[in-house]
Amino acid sequence: MDRQARSLQLLLLAGLLALAAFPLVGEKFYIQFITKVMVMAMFAMSLDLLVGYTGLVSLGHALPFGLAAYALMLVTPETQAAGIWWSLAASLGIAAAASLVVGLLVLRTSGIYFIMVTLAFGQMAYYYVHDSSHLGGSDGKYIYVRPALELLGWKPFDLENSTHFYYFALALMVFVYATLRVLLASPFGRVLAGIKENEHRMRMLGFATFRYKLACFVLAGMLAGLAGWLAAAHDGLVNPEMLSWHQSGQLLMMVILGGMGTPAGPIVGAVALKALELVFQGWTKHWQLLLGAFIVLSVLFVPRGLTQLFAWRRRG
Amino acid sequence: MDPVIFLIQVLNGVQYGLLLFLVASGLTLIFGILGIINLAHGSFYMVGAYLAFSLTERLGSFWLALAAGVVLAVLLGMALEWLVMRFLYQRDHLYQVLLTYGLILIFEELRSLVWGDDVHGVQVPQLLDFSIPLTDTLSYQVYRLAMSAICLAIAAGMYWLIQKTRLGMMIRAGSFNRDMAQSLGIDIALLYRAVFALGVALAALAGMLAAPVSSVFPGMGNQVLIISFVVVVIGGIGSVKGAFVAAILIGLADTFGKVLVPQIAAMVVYLLMAAVLLWRPQGIFGRA
Repeated sequence: MDRQARSLQLLLLAGLLALAAFPLVGEKFYIQFITKVMVMAMFAMSLDLLVGYTGLVSLGHALPFGLAAYALMLVTPETQAAGIWWSLAASLGIAAAASLVVGLLVLRTSGIYFIMVTLAFGQMAYYYVHDSSHLGGSDGKYIYVRPALELLGWKPFDLENSTHFYYFALALMVFVYATLRVLLASPFGRVLAGIKENEHRMRMLGFATFRYKLACFVLAGMLAGLAGWLAAAHDGLVNPEMLSWHQSGQLLMMVILGGMGTPAGPIVGAVALKALELVFQGWTKHWQLLLGAFIVLSVLFVPRGLTQLFAWRRRG
Repeated sequence: MDPVIFLIQVLNGVQYGLLLFLVASGLTLIFGILGIINLAHGSFYMVGAYLAFSLTERLGSFWLALAAGVVLAVLLGMALEWLVMRFLYQRDHLYQVLLTYGLILIFEELRSLVWGDDVHGVQVPQLLDFSIPLTDTLSYQVYRLAMSAICLAIAAGMYWLIQKTRLGMMIRAGSFNRDMAQSLGIDIALLYRAVFALGVALAALAGMLAAPVSSVFPGMGNQVLIISFVVVVIGGIGSVKGAFVAAILIGLADTFGKVLVPQIAAMVVYLLMAAVLLWRPQGIFGRA
């Protein structure tokens, strides 16, 4: 395990350096592509907190992501930039509030029920946005100006510049990664691991497991909200598809493809799936057929995710 | 509300509910017996509708198309069970979700390759292509009544199959305790294939019956799938009786939601689900 952990850390460090150096040589298209991948990686990490570490298989994780994106759209004036702090507060606030309400209901269930109920509430939000003309209906709405940070007239960076945005997203991704590492190593994280292993036992040990799961659900929702805010800021567009269950399904695919419950898994999964999409889209209009076949085959033949390919020493 | 309009809404709600029951009962049987969460169930509904469209044109008769379509659906179900589903029985729900999600993508693209992305219509069979006048201006389509009658007959048939036949006994035994049933000499592999094929056939039949009244369009399966999930959650997983009651409830709630609270019509069924979750998280007929 030690050798494995160290080699993984080296790999991550190398990846981070490569990411940091990329804009110096990369074309604009790929800078934007990788920015999107990093946003998805953050989103996937937030789902992994639920699925991989706490054992809560949510198929409605697009809900906080999409609502946070719409919140940014709502607080952004027509021709002006929204402030970063204010718009982030709005996005994370709505993601947290929605996760709290949904969490109170869905956490009353478990297993197959939990999967179906999270999916159903996700769909409810999708239809609400889809049918609301003031939110742009099925077409969505544009965000013409990206959020900006201004300290007493001084602008440390300009998100309208795609390279600046790239580094901003990279910094946030590292922040989310580090936050999750610290969190999962803390007593709180140990309780979540215990709940995943055996919730009944944790309850018998005196832990109020419902509250821990709810806290975890809200936290994961807020991290998803951060990704949603970033995605909306980057694309300059929000639409109901951000809330659709295809979003949730593909996200789950990323988490599992990379290897759930592993530190780097969601990042690897996001990179792999996005790259695969890019390749398939280059081949054929019917690329989803290839993606579907890939998903089916990988579930059948690579059950523990891509990171298992790096693991030369098997666990027990 | 005017009594005639009220009657029409009730009939519509019941008819929609009965159609949902066909889809949801297959879903709940597959959950209850095979222990599988099958996201691709809505795709079978879509396949059914498209089959009705193609076969009616080919064979010249809606009823022949219905019969041929059911046979094809059973074959599709058996093939799928043999190819992929049987590898999922011992796996975590997570992988079942993922694999069946992959199947949805495959079915949607195959549909696009074979039938294209256009919206199609299917003619109401001539025998039933008339309406019963209720007032001077309002009338009710006979085909919709026939649909409800067919669905009710199937529901009764399923009750008989599960409660009164030898196969039904095996199904109940298999859902209660897989290992015990197997050691008593029941061929579980065969039973599972039969149940899966039955579920596929029910969903496809629902799609075929719906084709003449709704249109045949891409993505029609997903909509039905998610509402069917709501039905299963409200009724209780594995309970066919629960699926029946919940399906009628959802059918009526959806229909009256559109009339009474059109602004939030799309959300009514989900709010109903939230209420049931607060009251009985395991569903109305679910085992705690």
